[in-house]
Amino acid sequence: MIEARGLTKIFQDKKRGEIRAVDHVTFTCRPGQVYGLLGANGAGKTTTLRMLATILEPTDGTAVVCGYDVIDEPEKVRSNVGFLSTATALYPRLTSQEMVEYFGRLNGLDEATLKSRIDEIFSRLDMHSFRDRRCDKLSTGMKQKTSIARTLIHDPQVMIFDEPTLGLDIMTARTIIQFIRECRDRGKTVIFSTHVMSEVEKLCDVIGIIQSGKLLAEGPIPELRGRYHEQDLEEIFVKIVAPHYATEEVH
Amino acid sequence: MALHNIGVVYRKELREALRDRRTLISSLVVPLLLFPILTAGFSAVAVQLIDRAKSESPRVVILGGQDSPGVLGHLRRIDKIHIVTAATDWKKQIIDKEIRAAVELPPAFESDINDQKPAVVHIYIYKNEMKSELAAERLEKGLKQYNENIVSQRLALNHLPASLLKPFEVKQENVAPEEKVWGEVLGGLIGYMVVLLCLTGGMYPAMDLTAGEKERGTMETILSSPVLRMDLVLGKFFLVLTAALVTATLSVTSMGASFAILRVFQIASPGDPAQGPVLMLHVGPKAILSIFVMVLPLAVFFSSCLMAISIFAKSYKEAQSYTTPLMLVVILPAVAAMLPGADLNARLALVPILNASLLCKELVTGTYHWNYIAIIFSSTCVYAAVALYLAVKMFQREDVLFRS
Repeated sequence: MIEARGLTKIFQDKKRGEIRAVDHVTFTCRPGQVYGLLGANGAGKTTTLRMLATILEPTDGTAVVCGYDVIDEPEKVRSNVGFLSTATALYPRLTSQEMVEYFGRLNGLDEATLKSRIDEIFSRLDMHSFRDRRCDKLSTGMKQKTSIARTLIHDPQVMIFDEPTLGLDIMTARTIIQFIRECRDRGKTVIFSTHVMSEVEKLCDVIGIIQSGKLLAEGPIPELRGRYHEQDLEEIFVKIVAPHYATEEVH
Repeated sequence: MALHNIGVVYRKELREALRDRRTLISSLVVPLLLFPILTAGFSAVAVQLIDRAKSESPRVVILGGQDSPGVLGHLRRIDKIHIVTAATDWKKQIIDKEIRAAVELPPAFESDINDQKPAVVHIYIYKNEMKSELAAERLEKGLKQYNENIVSQRLALNHLPASLLKPFEVKQENVAPEEKVWGEVLGGLIGYMVVLLCLTGGMYPAMDLTAGEKERGTMETILSSPVLRMDLVLGKFFLVLTAALVTATLSVTSMGASFAILRVFQIASPGDPAQGPVLMLHVGPKAILSIFVMVLPLAVFFSSCLMAISIFAKSYKEAQSYTTPLMLVVILPAVAAMLPGADLNARLALVPILNASLLCKELVTGTYHWNYIAIIFSSTCVYAAVALYLAVKMFQREDVLFRS
């Protein structure tokens, strides 16, 4: 379960002054659901997800993840979260297995549990053939599988994906989409950001549309279709975002 | 703070470092090879150059002396000098190294001597140029012998003993052990090398573990794990410290071994003039251990500074441009410690880097000023603690970690 309550993040920039990257964002994401955070580049998706993963600290507001407050108990939040983005790279000089072991140990798994978890995940993701290969020698698909194994090793209840398919080929992107679906089916709470509408339609139970750091609309896809009298999700997105996008461009 | 997590981070960083060629070269290969090359290689080349210069007969000219055939004949008989005809631009020839020296005999030199009038012979040289000074030395030796011959003749004519002009002799005797004598000469250099290698040993891992991690995109990965940022920075810090200490230890050990080997060779062939004087510097286990103990807080100081600076950079290249000035800041006091007459005192014992360099110099000569050692060790510990605190603080700043 994720509950964002008035999440706000302000950055100070020497040239541009105060930047409100996320502005009082409130939403709830439930177990067994995929929550899609939709927005254009620079809308505030990554900052929101980084605050939920406690990589950044909110300037105002807070969020509760698996019952733990992101400000008061960030380590406990991270113990219950699997975070995956295109920016979460692998250590080039570690092997695929060493990479996953490292994160298992940091998550406090004992050696016996770690071994059985690795065997289970590596079998599920068909990773045994490259488990001893260094990460800098892996193909993009193998790297993504290793990243997935890294996020799953401690069996987190919440999965956070920040544009996980950005820049990936179709086959690798499909692996990720399948993985997100599996997470939902296993009852995990899933939130992911994207601007690819086809992914949203395939996966999301609830979507939130964000622009200029503000959550402009939220709800299940059928509800949004009814509310905006439009079947095409892209059109719905444009209808919601365009007025704010134009204002921002003028400013 | 969780020791388990610090250990996990440290072991992972160590594993990666051992697989990284650049870290292995800077931490293991350079310190192991530097001292043998410097001692054996450099001294062999220096000895060879000096030996070659000594075996040559430098070209010299004689100015005047046409009315003094006796002294001219004496000069021509001097061993290992080659007298050539003087040109009008003989000064330029000396500067251009075409000839090495010129000896000028005043007019009526011999008749003045016979009349017991004072006379001055000038030798013109290119100061600090080895071959020129060598030529002057040979000329002076020959003229001194000529001078002594004249004095002996005068004493004999007047039936006076030779001891009349030498009522007593002054002779310098060294009482310091040979180790200390050589330590005085080489101790500063050793301190400089140890300090410098301690910094360079930690430099590459510090940049790789901070700015390098940002550049490769693994910083966000590790920040998403439950490890505390303090544990993360301490795990990384211990790896940088290990690299700095390994480099310093290997350099001190390699230095001790190099001098020991050189000494064995020199003692084995004492008659060989090409070997020069016997190098008696003996850096024993006690000195090595003392230097290691003193280097420990200095390595903490360097490692922390390097990490605090490197984490600010967005890329490895940017980190390099930040750490290069730090190298200059370290080299200056380390070089100052090598200057002749630079000795420890209470005030200098508080100046970071300079104090440790000066102390290294003393430790190599086997001198232990315990009061200074205590001041230097504790002050360096304080500087190291402050630097480590700053490094930890830098790791907790979002604007540093996600600087764009």
